[in-house]
Formats: sequence, structure tokens, C-alpha cells
Amino acid sequence: MIARLVGSAFAAAMMAACIHPSVAATPEVVQVGSKKFTESVILGEMLAQVIEAAGNPAYHRRELGGTRVLWGALLKGEIDVYPEYTGTLRQEILAAENLGSDAELREALARRGLRMTGSLGFNNTYAIGVSGDLADELALTTISDLRAHPGLVMGFGNEFMNRADGWPGLRAHYRLPQENVRGLDHDLAYRGIASGSLQVIDLYATDAEIAYYGLRSLQDDQGFFPVYDAVLLYRADLETRLPGVVAQLQRLAGRIDAATMAGLNARVKIERHAESAVAAEFLRSRLGLHAVGDVTSVWQRLARHTLEHLLLVAISLSAAILVALPLGILAARRPRLGQSILAAAGVLQTIPSLALFVFMIPLLGIGGPPAVVALFVYSLLPIVRNTHAGLTNIPLAIRESAQALGLPAPSRLRLIELPLSAPTILAGIKTAAVINVGTATLAALIGAGGYGQPILTGIRLDDIGLILEGAVPAAVLALAVQGVFEATERLVVPHGLRLEQTTGC
Amino acid sequence: MLELTQVSKRYGSTAALAATDLMVPAGQTTVLIGPSGCGKSTLLRLVAGLVRSDSGSIRVGGTTVTPENLDVVRRRMGYVIQEGGLFPHLTVRRNATLMAEHLKWPAARIEQRLRTLTEMVRLSPELWPRYPLELSGGQRQRVSLMRALMLDPDLLLLDEPLGALDPMIRFELQRELKSIFDRLGKTVVLVTHDIAEAAFFGDRLVLMREGGIVQQGSLRQLAAQPAEPFVERFISAQREPVRLLNEVLG
Repeated sequence: MIARLVGSAFAAAMMAACIHPSVAATPEVVQVGSKKFTESVILGEMLAQVIEAAGNPAYHRRELGGTRVLWGALLKGEIDVYPEYTGTLRQEILAAENLGSDAELREALARRGLRMTGSLGFNNTYAIGVSGDLADELALTTISDLRAHPGLVMGFGNEFMNRADGWPGLRAHYRLPQENVRGLDHDLAYRGIASGSLQVIDLYATDAEIAYYGLRSLQDDQGFFPVYDAVLLYRADLETRLPGVVAQLQRLAGRIDAATMAGLNARVKIERHAESAVAAEFLRSRLGLHAVGDVTSVWQRLARHTLEHLLLVAISLSAAILVALPLGILAARRPRLGQSILAAAGVLQTIPSLALFVFMIPLLGIGGPPAVVALFVYSLLPIVRNTHAGLTNIPLAIRESAQALGLPAPSRLRLIELPLSAPTILAGIKTAAVINVGTATLAALIGAGGYGQPILTGIRLDDIGLILEGAVPAAVLALAVQGVFEATERLVVPHGLRLEQTTGC
Repeated sequence: MLELTQVSKRYGSTAALAATDLMVPAGQTTVLIGPSGCGKSTLLRLVAGLVRSDSGSIRVGGTTVTPENLDVVRRRMGYVIQEGGLFPHLTVRRNATLMAEHLKWPAARIEQRLRTLTEMVRLSPELWPRYPLELSGGQRQRVSLMRALMLDPDLLLLDEPLGALDPMIRFELQRELKSIFDRLGKTVVLVTHDIAEAAFFGDRLVLMREGGIVQQGSLRQLAAQPAEPFVERFISAQREPVRLLNEVLG
């Protein structure tokens, strides 16, 4: 019976995955990916609309969490195309190969079954920015000028902090002395510099905020930053599968210069237009395409995110209950094995959730299934531990009374031990459910959607309203789930255990 | 009825029960008595199969107990402990009938047996739907006894059944238990540390000390011909409060 339940849970998992048409991959739908920053999302929208305008269905998997996620998904064939930068390919993804010219880069990509278009027309390299006032006060014009001011507070995007062509390389190249350097989300850095808590941040050359916040980019006087030409990276097999599509992609090459891109970014980030609308507008005016950007209403988005979130939680939590309950029982029955089971579940719990999501990509790709597996793993420990605790804390007198009656072990478990530990087991399931609802907001980073999607977008666009659009329903869902389990408690926990101890003799 | 041959049990380096032989005759009440830690409870728990002996064999009604037949043998024994060990999530009725239901007795038979026992332990059927937490200590022990007698076992094991009750209730229940034992004519093994209770129940006392049997017989025999000075000391220590009481009351 358990096998059947697990089976149907996985069938349901597949259904969850199908919210994203990708996994139902009919070969005609071109899968477009984008990274979780505005420029990438706008370019992703453009790609999808260009393809659709040519009569091919396309699906845009927006704001996936970082270069590695997209690169992995492209290699696995879960996406067909995404916007990338040549600098990122050379310096980060293929850094080990020390690629020089574009020809060498194309060759390295070809060996992996990938191709890239020519430059879209802009070089979005890194830059180092300070506020205009500070630049005037300290007479800062070049990066070398920073050497004279070791006390400056620096805040860099997490990716820039860690990559070889980011802060570590820049510091070595310019021998920069600053110690007060912190890593943070790139989008938060602007707010940091506006509020004065940061003085030096990293920029992208096409960032919309440079003008908005009155920032000045310092000149790369010693030529450290590599070229970051924007290109479209796609699977070579796309040319045989859908030759028309590749021709459409090539149309975008050389059509967007840096000023245009910064303007598009500003339309979204500062003027708050939808990416789809901004992309459509560009395609209509510059390429004369009849592009349509669908704009969804708050309620449509809420309904979709709720469904996605509920499916993620329901499937992962039910599977965790089905696995953790027997494990907890086993742990209580075999104390020595039990120690190992509890230790293993504890170790799984310590894996940072984002890392766990990313580990799943090579195994299960992106989208619903890897998110469900990661959430399942996180839900195990509270249930295993509480089942174990509930069973081992049953008073000896009661356990022995059941034995002395001559009840066989399985009946003892069913009639006596499980009902008596029901309150503790339910408490564990409740904890797991609340953790699950919260952690599921991270699943958006690997393309599984849910309430994390508006939160991600909201952080990116510095839009509190959008953040709340994800955070509030997530909190409400956590409370609702808890309420459901409290109601269940009244059904599952035997009446005799909910009585107050009576006094007297 | 019950026969122990060279049964022993160690916990780590301490011997809870040294290799012990004991014959419990059928239809009588045998009382295991001795100071705390003398092994009397261990002996009873060995018989109930709650702990496994290190050596020796236990025969109940001619059957040698093995791990394979333990559950079957247990259904021919009733077991009552100090705090009753009632299942707090089950009603009085379910506590008593759980095992009969598991064995798929017909409902009418269960009902009839439940009525007989409720009458025997002088409990009101109105308490059937109550939960253990809603009962007094004395009522709980009565339910515990019903549960132990449900399958009409040949052997009844009681581990300090009245130990947690206050003196008035205890006095009343002692009398009732004794009359039930006399009426049923079952083989009873009862553990207590109270010599007055032992003498009141016991056709035969088994006095234990430090994991071994010191002397067996009636209280009169133990008092008249103590096997060693410990027997005399144990009896007189327990007589002392009674002597004091008599002295004060004149």
C-alpha cells in the first residue's frame, strides 16, 4: 500500500512539474532561460517574443538563481537558449581553458554542443562605482585612486565577491588595501550607497540605477575587467530541431547598444513597467515585429503561485511523512541503528537550503521535481525525531502492560504506542510543515515558482509591494497549514490524552 | 503450576537474581516478600516475560516458556502493576476488552465477561466510558484487575498492586482482592514489601534478599524457625510500628 502511495505522490509531483510546460516538453516549445537580474529577464522576454512572433511557441523560465543553474540547465537540454556574457564564459564557466579570442570560445562551446550568436551590441562589463559627492570630495576618477583611501566601506554583489574576475582579482591587480568589504545582494548595494552605509559598490555598465542614484563609475585605468559582450547562448541541436528559430535569434545581434540597454533597464527598474511590455515595445519599434508581452494581473499571479507553492509543499510533505514515520519507528525499535538514522537526518538538515536546491540540478534538472526532493529532505528530521521521541517516552509501565497482555508487537504499535505518541508526532509534522512552507519560497531560484517568485522579482526591482505579494501569502499559508494540523490533532489525538488529571482518590 | 529452574538475571555487574529454583503450587496465593532490591520484582517480571533470563528455564502449566510461545503463554497470565499501567487513551471498557477483541471473541461473550468482572471488582458499569485519568487510584486498580482477568487466566501476577494507594483504600481493596482470589481459586503470585499484607494474602511466603530466596513457608513457620538472623530481623522490623501503635492505644 505504501508503494502505491509513494507512486501516486510521484505522479502528483510530475503534475506539479507540468505547471511549467517545459517538463511536458513537446519539442516545439522553445525553452528560454534568464538570470535573476532585470537585464537578463528583459532579454529573456525579448527572446521568447521574437520566437513566438515567428510562429513558434516559447516559454520563458524567468529569474533562475545564478549562472551555474542556467549553464547546467542548458547542458542538460532543459532550456534551449539564454542570454549570457562572453566575460562570464571566459572568466568563470570555462576559466580552466584560458580562452583568448572569440573563435577559441566558439570552439570550446561547440565541444559541448553549444553555440553563441554575435554580440547583441553592448559590453556589460563590471565597473566600480562611488557616489558623485564622494568622487568630488576625494577626487576619485580611476580605480587606482581608491588605494589612497583604505577606510572606504565596500559592498559587492555576492557573485562579484567570489568570482575570480571579481573582487579577489581586482584587489590583487590594483593592490587595494580596503578591509571593510561585505558581500550582499547586488540590488541591495544601491540602497546601501543611497543610505550612506556603503561608499564603493560594483556596477554593471548598463545598470539603470547609475544615473538614478547619481553614481560615478571609476575608470578601469589598468585594464582589469574583461569584455562582457552580451550574446545569446543556445544548444547546437536547436539548428536542426527548429532552424527557423535560430535565424530569429540572430536578428537580435548588434541591435542593442549600451545606452539602449540601460534605457530598457530603467524603464523596468525605475519607471516600473513590466519586462514583457518593455521588451515588446522595443521589438515593435526597432525590429518592426508584432510582439505581444502578456501582462498578468495580481490575482492571476497569486492563483498560480498559490497552486505551485501548495503542490511543492503537499507533495514533499506527504512523501516525508510516509518515509519519516517508519524511519522514526525503526529508530525507536533499534536504538543503535536509531542513533545513525537521527544523525543522518540531522546532517541533511545542516545543508544550506540554496546549496541543496543547486545540488539537485545535475540529478533532476530545474523546476518542480528537484525542489520537491530538496523540501522532502528538509522535512525528514522533525518528523523522524519526534516519532522517535514520542515512542521512546511512553512510560515503561504502559509499554510493559501491553506486552504482558500478550499483544503481538505490530498490534502494540498500532493500538497503544502510536496513539500515545500521536501528539508528539503531530508536533513534528507541524514543525516540518512550517519549515517546508518557508523554505519552498527559495524554490523559485531553480525555476519551481511558488511564492518565492514575486519575492525574487520584488528584491530585484526594489518593489516592496511585489515582495509582500509573496511574503504575505507565504505567512498566511504557514498559519493555515498549522491550523489544519491543529484541527487534525483533535481527530487523531485520543480523547483520553486530552483530559486534565482529576484530583482526589 | 509455575516452576523456575536455575533462573538468573544480571544487570551489568550486579546480579538481580542469582540462580534460583521456585515451585509455585496451583490454586494458592504465593507472596514474594523482601526489602527493596531483593529481586522479588525481577522474579515476577521474568515470569511475565518482560525481561529475559540469562540462564535457566521457566515452566507455566507444564509449558516451557520460549520467545516463540511467549505471547501465547502470556494470555494465560494476568499481570497487574502498582500504578495500574492502564492505557490512558482507551476507555475503561476498551482497556478491559482490548485483548479479547484482538482475539476476535464474539461481542456477546465480551459483553458478558465484562459484566461479570465489573460486578466482581465492584465497579459501576457507568464508569465503562470513562478514561483512566477520570478515575480514582482505587478505581484504576480495579480496572487493571478486570483487564488482567478478562481472558480468565490460570495464573495471576501482581507487582505491589496496592502500593500506591492511601491506607484506607488499601485496607478496603486488600479485603476485596482476598475474597476474589478465594472465590476464583486461581494461582496467584503477589509481590509486596509489607509483611502484614503478605500474611493476609499468602498461603505461602517466599522471603528474598539480595537476589536470592532466604526462606519459604507460612509466616508462622518463618517466625518460629527463622533460617537465618535476617529473617528474624525482617519480621521484627515490620512488627515494631504495630507494637508502638498498640502501646499508645493501650
